[in-house]
Amino acid sequence: MADFSFPLLTATAAVPAIGAVATAAVPAAKRTAAKWLALLFSLATFVLAVVIAVRFRPGAEGPYQLTESHAWIQDFGVRYELGVDGIAVALIALTALLIPFVILAGWHDADPLESASDSGSAAGSNSRWRPTQGFFALILAVEAMVILSFEATDVFLFYIFFEAMLIPMYFLIGGFGDRAGAHGEEQAATQRSYAAVKFLLYNLAGGLIMLAAVIGLYAVTADQLGSGTFSLQQIVEARTSGKLDFGTGTERLLFLGFFFAFAVKAPLWPLHTWLPNAMGESTSPVAVLITAVVDKVGTFAMLRFCLQLFPEASSWATPVILVLALISVIYGALLAVGQRDIKRLIAYASISHFGFIILGIFAMTTQGQSGATLYMVNHGISTAALMLVAGFLITRRGSRLIADYGGVQKVAPVLAGTFLIGGLATLSLPGLAPFISEFLVLVGTFSRYPVIGIIASVGIVLAALYVLVLYQRTMTGPVKAKVEGMPDLRARELVVVAPLIALLLFLGVYPKPLTDIVNPAVDHTLSVVDKKDPKPAVRVDAVPGAGRPGHAVHDQEVEAAK
Amino acid sequence: MENLIALLVAAPLVGAALLLCGGKRLDRTGAWIGSLFAVASFAVAAVLFADMLGKSAEDRAVHQHLFSWIPVGGFQADVGFQLDQLSMTFVLLITGVGSLIHIYSIGYMEHDERRRRFFGYLNLFLAAMLLLVLADNYLLLYVGWEGVGLASYLLIGFWQHKPSAATAAKKAFLVNRVGDVGLSIAIMLMFTTFGTFAFGPVLAATGDTSEGKLTAIGLMLLLAACGKSAQVPLQSWLGDAMEGPTPVSALIHAATMVTAGVYLITRSGAIFNAAPDAQTAVVAVGAVTLLFGAIVGCAKDDIKKALAGSTMSQIGYMILAAGLGPIGYAFAIMHLVTHGFFKAGLFLGAGSVMHGMNDEVDMRHYGGLRKYMPVTFVTFGLGYLAIIGFPGLSGFFSKDKIIEAAFAKGGTEGWILGGAALLGAAITAFYMTRVMLMTFFGEKRWAETPGAAAPGQQVQHPHESPKVMTIPMIVLAVGSVFAGALFSVNEAFVTWLEPVTSFAHGHSPLSATAITASTIVVLLIGVGLAWQMYGRKPVPAVAPRGSLLTRAARRDLLQDDFNHIVLVRGGEHLTRTLVYLDHSVVDGAVNGTAASMGGLSGRLRQLQSGFVRSYAVQMLGGAAVLVAATLLMRGV
Repeated sequence: MADFSFPLLTATAAVPAIGAVATAAVPAAKRTAAKWLALLFSLATFVLAVVIAVRFRPGAEGPYQLTESHAWIQDFGVRYELGVDGIAVALIALTALLIPFVILAGWHDADPLESASDSGSAAGSNSRWRPTQGFFALILAVEAMVILSFEATDVFLFYIFFEAMLIPMYFLIGGFGDRAGAHGEEQAATQRSYAAVKFLLYNLAGGLIMLAAVIGLYAVTADQLGSGTFSLQQIVEARTSGKLDFGTGTERLLFLGFFFAFAVKAPLWPLHTWLPNAMGESTSPVAVLITAVVDKVGTFAMLRFCLQLFPEASSWATPVILVLALISVIYGALLAVGQRDIKRLIAYASISHFGFIILGIFAMTTQGQSGATLYMVNHGISTAALMLVAGFLITRRGSRLIADYGGVQKVAPVLAGTFLIGGLATLSLPGLAPFISEFLVLVGTFSRYPVIGIIASVGIVLAALYVLVLYQRTMTGPVKAKVEGMPDLRARELVVVAPLIALLLFLGVYPKPLTDIVNPAVDHTLSVVDKKDPKPAVRVDAVPGAGRPGHAVHDQEVEAAK
Repeated sequence: MENLIALLVAAPLVGAALLLCGGKRLDRTGAWIGSLFAVASFAVAAVLFADMLGKSAEDRAVHQHLFSWIPVGGFQADVGFQLDQLSMTFVLLITGVGSLIHIYSIGYMEHDERRRRFFGYLNLFLAAMLLLVLADNYLLLYVGWEGVGLASYLLIGFWQHKPSAATAAKKAFLVNRVGDVGLSIAIMLMFTTFGTFAFGPVLAATGDTSEGKLTAIGLMLLLAACGKSAQVPLQSWLGDAMEGPTPVSALIHAATMVTAGVYLITRSGAIFNAAPDAQTAVVAVGAVTLLFGAIVGCAKDDIKKALAGSTMSQIGYMILAAGLGPIGYAFAIMHLVTHGFFKAGLFLGAGSVMHGMNDEVDMRHYGGLRKYMPVTFVTFGLGYLAIIGFPGLSGFFSKDKIIEAAFAKGGTEGWILGGAALLGAAITAFYMTRVMLMTFFGEKRWAETPGAAAPGQQVQHPHESPKVMTIPMIVLAVGSVFAGALFSVNEAFVTWLEPVTSFAHGHSPLSATAITASTIVVLLIGVGLAWQMYGRKPVPAVAPRGSLLTRAARRDLLQDDFNHIVLVRGGEHLTRTLVYLDHSVVDGAVNGTAASMGGLSGRLRQLQSGFVRSYAVQMLGGAAVLVAATLLMRGV
């Protein structure tokens, strides 16, 4: 096994890429075949992701494992360099896990409309552009690029995939949407393209600024190391050994260039406004793709690139970033409370959650960063559960407005039950996975910045508010007119939701497999940034089990001593 | 033997999973399955209790470590249980009363088509509540803490088609969440202070810690307790929670869940003992709430809401006692247990009345029911005597001790607290006599024939409830009568708890006899006043306008109105403004900045008017150029 160097990481990205091409090539008439093909490829990718997780050795020597390295553009020092740490392994697993569910949930989202009868538009053929093959091929293309972004340890290589995934995403948002709402197909199409273009322009703007910083990085390394390099590991090593010194001003500028792009993608207040549009207008599976998968590249890149390339600038920017993240937490939650549209509500909730993730990353504690990584995974699963069930609901009624629903619980109890569990996960109920990550982020933030930790805790109450208000208005009360006769979840839909819920429960009770993988990577990151956890004020023997037997007696002694 | 502890939690959890995922197949047997798992848990508790009694007082605490839950750096959370005298007391109360109420519900929910789910939620509640009292660290306790909140949410809103039930459920969860934030901040403070949040090390280390830190932790724990135990200022949810089915009110909102705050404070005794300021806050909250709840209880015509006010008030007594430190902990828990018996019994009695009266809850439409429901009347009556502290019955022993301990606090504080507790006893006697008289005595204010019924009033044929309901009521009535005396023989209860909570005799400025005498006097005053107002003259079927205080008390002393105006309205305005600002200002500013740099918004408008596809082609073209360029570079 030792000398067998199967390029596992490349393969994991190549399978969905090949799948995308293969799916796109299926003849137009064989739509069902294309769907199954796409599902098959996504499942194969998942198997490979599991193999990565199994072969990964937590705590082994060196920051990256399963590395691959080939020369690419030699003149500019660009290499095809892949490698994973525990954080990347967790996120690759999340991505590969969610895509099959996204495909299954969107099974009928890209079917051609039966007729133009349900919308008044006579324009017919050109009002809806939804070739089935394209839809599934684009999803697989996004998957391939996201996985490569998690794997790339060469900054330029990362940049290419980070940017390139905008193209398929753009078409997914602009080309496919929910059934037309009250204003008809024409209006819906306009809103969709607006959302798609907004998504694209925001992210392109971020990307352009990052490109400048990437070039700047090359210039500095070329200047100081003799030959320019984009290799993350080389740069980090050169920095620690003192061979490379960005200089304070340059480092800060470069940091800001990178961070800006990631903050748009994450998204961080006030760069968040593209997200509600994009998630609202796209179909639910695509919305899941955006918030649960693609956006995670932004927060992941903060951990991998911002902190490790520019540790000093990261510390310098921390106060501002923490405040922006805190604003995101509260602001996103308050806006979620005020939404009338189910999908926009979930989008704003995500903005609040991304605030938590960024808070955890920049708190610079092991709890904060492990929590943030777990948060990325758990938010992916919980939002997928909530958003996909919301999508099933919206498909049934043909409306995204909360006010159009009521009493669903009575007619479709399983749908309502799964929606509630998704909602409870979103509000971080203990027992479900998101609680663990949220608490870790809070405790990690609190131990260094108590005031910020306390204010962020208010987000817990607001989350309960927007989730329970949403549930109350849609699911409880008297049954509304068009809700009557709504069918409960079908078998395909249950296959999507049940595993997600099972996973939320499992990771809520036993997250150790995940923390075991993630913790060493976080320790490495923090050692690069040169930060140590604050020590507790009072030294207590914290070994598990210490002081347990007969501690009641001990208490008594303490009390007696007073 | 300690391996059985997990079984206590597991049994109802399996029941819940079975019932909630089991589907229609279990609809018919669901009620029995749910009750079976509850009784099984009680049986395990009994075995563990017998085992515990066989050991010497110092060796009774046992631990079961299951697995490492969240290990991240210095943050080590485990799933482990601790069963000592304090948790044992709760386990017996929860599983015992819980089993009785499961059985009662078989009759009460007989005609509800969703009863399988009802029993599933009840089982879920038991599991969460047991987790709460068995956890050996604060984070795991927090899981149970929010778990019971969830079960409470699901059960208050059980009749979801009623908008009032759904609203009440949401309100309960939200108000509780405010308290939960307190608990989570307390845990964070423990982590930064001690590096751990397991009971053992934290409570052992309080001696080395600054008082300021401990006060902060104590106040946060108090906030949590206020939420869960419906104490001022987070009490507003409990009255509305009566929207839930009555067995739920009996189990969750009277006997067990709402007393979790008392458990939390007693469990954290070592922290409070070393933080006198936090203790002062605790006793203040207790004293205010015991009067607040009692006053509200006097004004309600809805039998369940009157009892809810009473619950609030009685828990106020327990919180007060717990705030007194080692002179009060044991009495807080003793009152908690006796209250568990008589209040659960009273609620089940109220449920039995409602069951026989077409779910009528307005006591002004009751009257003279003692002839129609003799068993309910007797059991309810015994509960009534117990709660007002009739000499010899449970409440007499437990409440008397709390009043005595309050005086023993010493100084002006002692007089104020003792006075409040005495006044509370008088009001308790008043409102409970009022409930008793309006329900079971006097003329009947309901109609047996349609002709006699007032507009909007139902025709009633009151009848006694089936045995499956009356037997649990009888068992609880027996407990209400004898528990207090049993616990007081040789100070048995205090001796039992002392190894965990520690105990000190208080020195009251008044002698025990004087206090007992005064409680009996205030009791008689309260009963007499109520007799004067509701016994001697007929009760009007429509509520009179009432004094200013009565009207305020009917509206929960205006606290809800305050919440509504300040929090609900204010919040609505805030979110609406933010939604507007997000669209016009934040979005506009970012777009505007971009536009000034690159004509973005012009392009946006253009694209909106139908150039999407051409732009998309351009995009694709651009990407192709990019790829070509990188490939070319390689070739150069």
